[in-house]
Amino acid sequence: MEYIPNIIFAIILFAGIGFFAKNIKKLSRNIKLGKAVDTSDNKSQRWNNMFRIALGQTKMVVRPIAGILHIIVYLGFIIINIEVLEIIIDGLFGTHRIFAFLGGFYSFLIGSFEILALLVIIAVVIFWIRRNLIKLRRFLNPEMSGWPKKDGNLILYIELVLMILFLTMNASDYQLQQMDAAHYTKAGAFPVSQFIAPLFQEMSMSTIIMIERSAWWLHIVGILLFLNYLYYSKHLHILLAFPNTYFGKLRPKGQFENLEAVTKEVKLMMDPSADPFAAPDENAPMPEKFGASDVMDLKWVQLLNAYTCTECGRCTSECPANQTGKKLSPRKIMMDTRDRLEEVGKNIDANKGEFVADGKQLLGDYITNEELWACTSCNACVEACPVSIDPLSIIMDMRQYLVMEQSAAPSDLNNMMGNIENNGAPWPFNQMDRLNWSKES
Amino acid sequence: MENELKVPTMAELFAAGQQPEVLFWVGCAGSFDDRAKKITKAFVKILNKANVSFAVLGTEESCTGDPAKRAGNEFLFQMQAVTNIEVLNAYEVKKVVTACPHCFNTLKNEYPGLGGNYEVVHHTQFLKQLLDEGRISMEGGQFKGKRITFHDPCYLGRANNVYEAPRDLIRKLDAELVEMKNCKKRGLCCGAGGAQMFKEPEKGNKDINIERTEQALDIKPEIIAAGCPFCNTMLTDGVKNKEKESSVAVMDIAELIASAEDL
Repeated sequence: MEYIPNIIFAIILFAGIGFFAKNIKKLSRNIKLGKAVDTSDNKSQRWNNMFRIALGQTKMVVRPIAGILHIIVYLGFIIINIEVLEIIIDGLFGTHRIFAFLGGFYSFLIGSFEILALLVIIAVVIFWIRRNLIKLRRFLNPEMSGWPKKDGNLILYIELVLMILFLTMNASDYQLQQMDAAHYTKAGAFPVSQFIAPLFQEMSMSTIIMIERSAWWLHIVGILLFLNYLYYSKHLHILLAFPNTYFGKLRPKGQFENLEAVTKEVKLMMDPSADPFAAPDENAPMPEKFGASDVMDLKWVQLLNAYTCTECGRCTSECPANQTGKKLSPRKIMMDTRDRLEEVGKNIDANKGEFVADGKQLLGDYITNEELWACTSCNACVEACPVSIDPLSIIMDMRQYLVMEQSAAPSDLNNMMGNIENNGAPWPFNQMDRLNWSKES
Repeated sequence: MENELKVPTMAELFAAGQQPEVLFWVGCAGSFDDRAKKITKAFVKILNKANVSFAVLGTEESCTGDPAKRAGNEFLFQMQAVTNIEVLNAYEVKKVVTACPHCFNTLKNEYPGLGGNYEVVHHTQFLKQLLDEGRISMEGGQFKGKRITFHDPCYLGRANNVYEAPRDLIRKLDAELVEMKNCKKRGLCCGAGGAQMFKEPEKGNKDINIERTEQALDIKPEIIAAGCPFCNTMLTDGVKNKEKESSVAVMDIAELIASAEDL
């Protein structure tokens, strides 16, 4: 009988981790629906980017208030996980504060966790105020209404509750230590929860033990629930920021990829020895689709980008089109890509591993032409992203589809392109007049 | 004072068995747009004054394909690129300078993958080099103490991390360099990039060039300096829209220098 809590703990732990692993597998499968892209180059620069941008949070502090608060929550998240390790060992083996033998160092650890937990609570409250009371413009864009707003707040509530449980657990533990309760080894320092402990003074030892146990169990179960909530929320960035910054664009921001499929065609057209009347090879594969109209046409890094986005909206707030009231919002491009990818993933799950056409696609059903044509390709969104997401590349791939597959460019642009074709300039001037300026006074 | 410009073409030099130090890629705006032609001429005046051995392609130059590529027409872009690369390679061009950040970005970053490998510099970088090598001297003179702000062209700044060359030149004019709310990495687009120059903007509550011009006017400059013919047009229109054209001039860096040198 005495092993029942250990067994229950083991079941909850493995179920929690197992379910999460199952969703991560799904996530990885969905990302792999994207087209291949070679990312084996410049390994050292990639690691460097990951350490600097994801681990070092260098781009977060561009906006100091949000940046510093975020670093607090981030440190809390990473460091308090050491405590989770202890909780897991205690849970599995029925021990209590197994790391207590570390003595002074243990007190230092627990003490710093407590201070961090308090700072996290303060940061989370300020974040909530920023989202709900101050009405920052980037949290009010149309794409943030409904679920995305609830999702953002829910994450803050969960973090708040987890921190309160952590401090309650420590406070009751501290009180029990004072009362010389059996099993409650005297260990740790409680710079924050010692101020909560007096609340328990009047209670009986068994009540306090019940409070301590409840907080302990709810804390670990809460963490497992939060872990599993990640996949259903915008919050995957706490994991995916690392691979995403590793695989982020290394070339100059202005360098857009040259489409290889087009290069082949152009080379063939420019080859004087090519036979213009040659019959196409019947066994040749279908020519590749130019550009992207759905998530499967994008590259897998772009799909990883979509799952990594945490909807902070820095891209959108820096976007010149969005600032001047146009429909384009780079954040919405990323959210739409993710939502469509999820829809495709569910379709695959429902159809025994095969995608069955659903008459929908990213272009049109999620992202409109109007949004795509409002982009100035200025790279402000790419620069603003704290985790190296590139919304511009998706916009450009979709423009390629519109122009090369559908001839659906705005008529002004068709004129411009007609001019380039006919006279080598975007305006209707004769190429032979290119040097006239040198003779004009 | 109005000396005739010396503008040799690659064809002429090639016929004479000569190879210039640098090819000046004029670009479509620089060749045809009335405002941009003034920038082209100012730059050539400086090149002439510094005795730089340069040449242009003249009628052999064609659009780099940048606006086509940003509009999504990769096919047209690559056709233009491959044709231009054939011409450039036939003349064994090693170094290219251009006053247009869009041409600069495309030639520098997107041509190598299609067989065009050149050292490509923006004219502000080239002018900075000339200055460092002592081939041009700049006395502040008429710009001494003037409030000048520099608008970062997206394709020079964020796209290629060139922020300092144009600013160094402005400082060299003894001008008071003032920065807008959004500058350098966080510079706000003028609204012309991504082929927007050639189309009407989408529906919104303001034009981007007005927003940017307001940012510039906020810091009360006497001159808004630009390094891109398209930004120049957008900001000039913005200043006119705000009826400030009598007190605020929009000038290219090359024009500032040519003017300071009394060319």
